[in-house]
Amino acid sequence: MQIEQQIAEIQNIVDDVLKMALSKGATQAEASMSKVQGIAVSSRMREVENVEFTNDGGLGISVYVGKHKGSASTADLSPQALALTVEKAVDIARYTSEDPCTGLADKELIATEFPDLDLYHPESLDTEKAIQIAIEAESAALEFDPRIVNTDGASYNANLGMRVYGNTHGINAGYPSSRYSLSCMVIGAEGEDMQRDYAYTVSRRANELRPAHEIGQEAARETVSRLGARKLKTANIPVLLHKDIASGLFGHYVGAISGGSLYRRSSFLLDKLGQQIFPEWLTIEERPHLKQGLASSNFDHEGVATHDRTIVENGLLATYLYTTYSARKLNTKSTGHAGGIHNWLVGDTGDSDQAMLNKLGTGLLVTELMGQGVNGVTGDYSRGAAGFWVENGVIQYPVHEVTIAGNLLDMFANIQAVGANRDTRGSIQTGSVLLDNMRIAGS
Amino acid sequence: MSNNVERHLLAESGLDLDSLNKALGQIHHHDNDYADLYFQSSQHESWVLEDGIIKEGSYNIERGVGVRAISGEKTGFAYSDDISEESLIKACHAARSIAPDGGKVQISGFQAQPYQSRYDNDNPLLGMADAEKIALLKSADAYIRQQEPGISQVVVSLSGVYEQILVAATDGTLATDIRPLVRLNCSVLLEQGDRRERGSAGAGGRHTYSFFSSDDDGRPYYEKLADEALHMARVNMQAVASPAGTMPVVLGNGWPGVLLHEAVGHGLEGDFNRKGASTFSGRIGERVAAKGVTVVDDGTLSGRRGSLSVDDEGTPSQHNVLIEDGILKGYMQDKMNARLMGVAPTGNGRRESFAHLPMPRMTNTYMLAGKYDPSEIIATIDKGIYAPNFAGGQVDITSGKFVFSSAEAYLIENGKITAPVKGATLIGNGPEVMQKISMIGNDLALDKGVGVCGKDGQSVPVGVGQPTLKIDELTVGGTA
Repeated sequence: MQIEQQIAEIQNIVDDVLKMALSKGATQAEASMSKVQGIAVSSRMREVENVEFTNDGGLGISVYVGKHKGSASTADLSPQALALTVEKAVDIARYTSEDPCTGLADKELIATEFPDLDLYHPESLDTEKAIQIAIEAESAALEFDPRIVNTDGASYNANLGMRVYGNTHGINAGYPSSRYSLSCMVIGAEGEDMQRDYAYTVSRRANELRPAHEIGQEAARETVSRLGARKLKTANIPVLLHKDIASGLFGHYVGAISGGSLYRRSSFLLDKLGQQIFPEWLTIEERPHLKQGLASSNFDHEGVATHDRTIVENGLLATYLYTTYSARKLNTKSTGHAGGIHNWLVGDTGDSDQAMLNKLGTGLLVTELMGQGVNGVTGDYSRGAAGFWVENGVIQYPVHEVTIAGNLLDMFANIQAVGANRDTRGSIQTGSVLLDNMRIAGS
Repeated sequence: MSNNVERHLLAESGLDLDSLNKALGQIHHHDNDYADLYFQSSQHESWVLEDGIIKEGSYNIERGVGVRAISGEKTGFAYSDDISEESLIKACHAARSIAPDGGKVQISGFQAQPYQSRYDNDNPLLGMADAEKIALLKSADAYIRQQEPGISQVVVSLSGVYEQILVAATDGTLATDIRPLVRLNCSVLLEQGDRRERGSAGAGGRHTYSFFSSDDDGRPYYEKLADEALHMARVNMQAVASPAGTMPVVLGNGWPGVLLHEAVGHGLEGDFNRKGASTFSGRIGERVAAKGVTVVDDGTLSGRRGSLSVDDEGTPSQHNVLIEDGILKGYMQDKMNARLMGVAPTGNGRRESFAHLPMPRMTNTYMLAGKYDPSEIIATIDKGIYAPNFAGGQVDITSGKFVFSSAEAYLIENGKITAPVKGATLIGNGPEVMQKISMIGNDLALDKGVGVCGKDGQSVPVGVGQPTLKIDELTVGGTA
């Protein structure tokens, strides 16, 4: 069956479910439904390890009975299960309290245009070919260096799916998408020391994944480079966050400017709209309609249209991120961020990788962060780290078992430079980030 | 009980044991060593009180079957959210393709082995009227507001799961289980001038909701949780910057056992050790922790969050000694890794749902008590940290590096607990830190039932526990 036909069928189900909700006493309702089919194949020691056929789907519905809300969801899409799910949602709305802010998104914000974002590039889900690709990556890693003694394997994933959203304001829209990824993790040893690292590639198009042998070689190179890691003495030093892990820093910013944290007064960026948070040269743009973007979408999880938006302008906190509910709690309008952000592009200072190391001078290049030691209420930050000691812009030796600590407000303000070479594999695209003066705890 | 689960998961979909035999027979047209079918249905609900009103209620149902075929070290896996003969056979055909055509293994009949149930079978969602669940949330909210009238934010949430599973395998295994799971959480936000601090506390287990309202030495349990959340927020309101560097650390009893989960637990899971990927690989019989340290993983504890009557492969759960007096005794195993390593399964084969493959996972992991009074332990330290409460942790099982982050901590100065310090991440190397445990308290406690463990993208409920512990040296990631 053609994907357009499948989407039309799901739109019919969503339509039925919404009608059913109204007939059961809801005054408003919204439903979303997704279906994803795929394969997940892994190899270990150049042999097939797992072949998984994935097939996930579900329907979620929220109903509003006046200003009372009820939600229910099901992974079972049989007609009986769908009916039960609607009934349950209506039933729950009898018990939730009246809440003046609850309800569907404002009608005038709902998406009406649905340009093709080029997110769907189907390939036949061929497990034999997937196995070959995984084994090729793993072989390249195992052959890279004699110190690569073991492997955690390589895996290839392909997913084809669709998402449909509808509500009783009249929107009922769906789109298909595809996602392919290849990753490889290997283990290196030298004496008593054993280390692992990984590499991966992800794309909407299977033929735009990086070549398998490159992924394997990168995993091996990074693993070997970690052997012989040392601790550092406790000190205050500059830190360069490698581009592969730097997006996490802006991830904390997402949490802190989200409406939910604001109306709960649980953010260190409360009451800071329009204020200087980052250095003046730093700008963050949101581009929801990037062709083939990994976080592209015409509408958010409430059907609200997404728009290009400047998130940080000349270092100023240009906008908070609202869902319909958090916007109403704070007397404003949704910004289309129900379900998260859409392709952030972090502005850079034009520095190459080597220029970033030169700007770091002497300090710690961080390539791995561990743990959840970030307090979104206070901005206090303390995480485990591993990476490389750098002197005069030259990598000296690997480092592990240290922590880096500070406060996010200070860290944001003290960003010295952002590299031009971006990691494009996530919803936040940024280069490496140079931070002045972090507290390192070690021996 | 098993008849009810069989009726619900099989008969209602027009299946019986013969259909399962037929399905497994399909897999054995190919040269597989083992295959299993995992049927599951679950109901989940949650209720959230915020701003003094019942803001959210949600209900989720899930139902499906997972089919796994194993040939040597290879696994084929397929699943369906539709339980029917047709979808079952289709999934079997997909999963069996991991091995070539031409099977030889014959399936013997199913044999349901008796096992001891570790929790009640009651459905928590039905065991209390919705109006009562709401009254419980409102009582907790009212109690918190009475303790702290000017409080800025109170969020109380209640959730419950009722899950039924059935496993049938080519080795004759036939097992069913009914697994209730409930949880209550209180989160508060205090404000003083410009400063805001959050505190939270939660509890739960394989019970019904009455667990939270029942009197525990004269007071409802939710009041104790509320007190704990308020205490954490008040302490953190006074907290100063935490020191940075390597120093002695005293971990409190109960939930700080997340140390064991990260520092040794994951590294002792059978899959990593079969593959030689863990820092503990090939070290059975060796000293991996200080004398006096005994760590167990025990799925048999009554009503605990991490407990299982049988695991997700139908193996009855056990009390497994992992480390005894500092010596590594054994790993946690599922069937596949046990077979490949030539040992017996230990009841640790777990999966998030029918749509996920089983792996060796922890249940309730804890350290046995020692002889010291906690105050004696504190008294030995001139300058260090006392950490009685933690957020989460993470481990790299290959290098052994682990982190965990304190949620409530204090300075120890001249043998006494003094100023509260801000949360900080602690980092160490599992085998090294375990050797640096120099004093073990006499106050073993398990956590209150909030642990969620993630591995390979799969989440399962777990428990942790320990007595008060002194670690001679640990790196504390503060800013001072």
